Amino acid sequence: MMRDDYHQQFLQAIWHGQSTHPLVAALAAQPAFAVYRNTIFKGCVDALAGNYPTLQRLIGDACFHDVALAYAREHAPDDVCLINYGRGFPAFVAGVEALAELPYLPGVAALDRAWSEAHLAADDAPLEMAALHEALAQGRDVRLVLHAATRWHSDDSHPVFSIWSTQRQEEAAPSPELAWQGESALLTRPDGEVQWRAIGAGTCAFLAACQRGTHIAEAAALAQHAESGLDIAQMLGELIQAGAFTSFQFP
Amino acid sequence: MNAPRMDTGAGLGLKPRHFDLALAGDAPGLWFEVHPENYMMDGGPRLAWLEAVRSRHPVALHGVSLSLAGPDAPDPQHLRRLAALAERIEPVLVSEHLAWSRADGRYFPDLLPVPRNSSSLQRLVSHITQTQDTLKRRIVLENPSHYLHMDAHTWSEPEFLAELVRRTGCGLLVDVNNVHVSAANIGIDAVAYLAQLPAAAIEEIHLAGHSSDQSLPGLLVDSHDAAIAPAVWQLYRTLVERIGPRPTLIERDGNIPEFEVLLAEREIAQQVLDGLSQEQAA
Repeated sequence: MMRDDYHQQFLQAIWHGQSTHPLVAALAAQPAFAVYRNTIFKGCVDALAGNYPTLQRLIGDACFHDVALAYAREHAPDDVCLINYGRGFPAFVAGVEALAELPYLPGVAALDRAWSEAHLAADDAPLEMAALHEALAQGRDVRLVLHAATRWHSDDSHPVFSIWSTQRQEEAAPSPELAWQGESALLTRPDGEVQWRAIGAGTCAFLAACQRGTHIAEAAALAQHAESGLDIAQMLGELIQAGAFTSFQFP
Repeated sequence: MNAPRMDTGAGLGLKPRHFDLALAGDAPGLWFEVHPENYMMDGGPRLAWLEAVRSRHPVALHGVSLSLAGPDAPDPQHLRRLAALAERIEPVLVSEHLAWSRADGRYFPDLLPVPRNSSSLQRLVSHITQTQDTLKRRIVLENPSHYLHMDAHTWSEPEFLAELVRRTGCGLLVDVNNVHVSAANIGIDAVAYLAQLPAAAIEEIHLAGHSSDQSLPGLLVDSHDAAIAPAVWQLYRTLVERIGPRPTLIERDGNIPEFEVLLAEREIAQQVLDGLSQEQAA
């Protein structure tokens, strides 16, 4: 079917205010054309606010609106499900000059993103400890399969998890005694609701190894390399309790 | 003999904040509508909420992003996700708009206007047919709100909608508030517009509130953030008198009041439907 360029020209006029297409130019010249422009950008900004609520709370509605609008003008949604909109928003926030003095904000945005992904992921039954125990007791090597909702995030320099979790729960500001150092967090959805907890560098290494399909013995070695003295049995118990895995496979 | 009461009398858009009250709602004829785009995920609590509501009430899927009047065929991935959701929820109706919102893989969250001419007619027929074939069911098509004067139309909207019904077998969703808003903005006759729509094709009616644009005096915006205006109620009564009762849905997306307030507004629509049901049975 022949395409005319009405649609492209209409979008040009939304973005740039004018068009050389006679029909579109006649539409864009009417004051009410602004209703479409406002609705499109409001839809994008509202979606980002819904998907990044902690970031919005930290920087305030007005500042968030400006950053979200700038993002929307550069990156129209590529998915009609706006609950997925803004995959690149944390990286975009990292490049906003006006926010450069708050270098933990991209990490906060990344945790908001991780929460959404965990919230929307497929349903899976969490792995039962007893089943894994039985296999390990037989001396068999296994490969742990992550639950679809499992997400983790590390920041080398800033306590983003403490900042994020305090704001996310709408608590008072983090304690002034907050240790200004890197943190890692795990998000899981064991009973239908997203849960989060702090984890160490060794646990992050273990999860990353499991995600790559590494067998449990080698993943444990990598975890201990990343965090000397890590109690593997305790870590595994906590991860299973949190619902981080759904099953295991034999090699 | 009394006419059987419709399962889908007057319904409400389902809001997450009203989930518990919606689930427990027991008003005769109460049903709910959602945007499928908000539920096209792999799993998790939102889908579980919707399934819980569906286990107690009829639910309709009211799409806002299929872009049937767009330049491109419906996105196959979107259609697959919509079909999967429809299979899971078994909606009483699946609806979309006479509008576009997608081009070159990008989505623009609005219902954008298109000239009604032979080329857009052909494109819409193809896109609606493809959608109905994938979903293996009839969809209903909603009239949009208009804000702009467009000289390029070669069809009136009622004639265009009727032609789409003839060519695709789709049904119609008549948004009475959109007709009122368009009448005010571009000077069509709302009563005449509604009188021209083919009664047999109308499967659902939408009601909503609108507001005046803050910067453009005289312009009405289909904002869904207020109570239904008296003029819209009057158009609704006239329409139902002509075509008979149809599932009617009240949309509310901004300044959302307590659930009881929405239920009370819903009750007015239910009375209009019930009054006519009894008259027809008599």
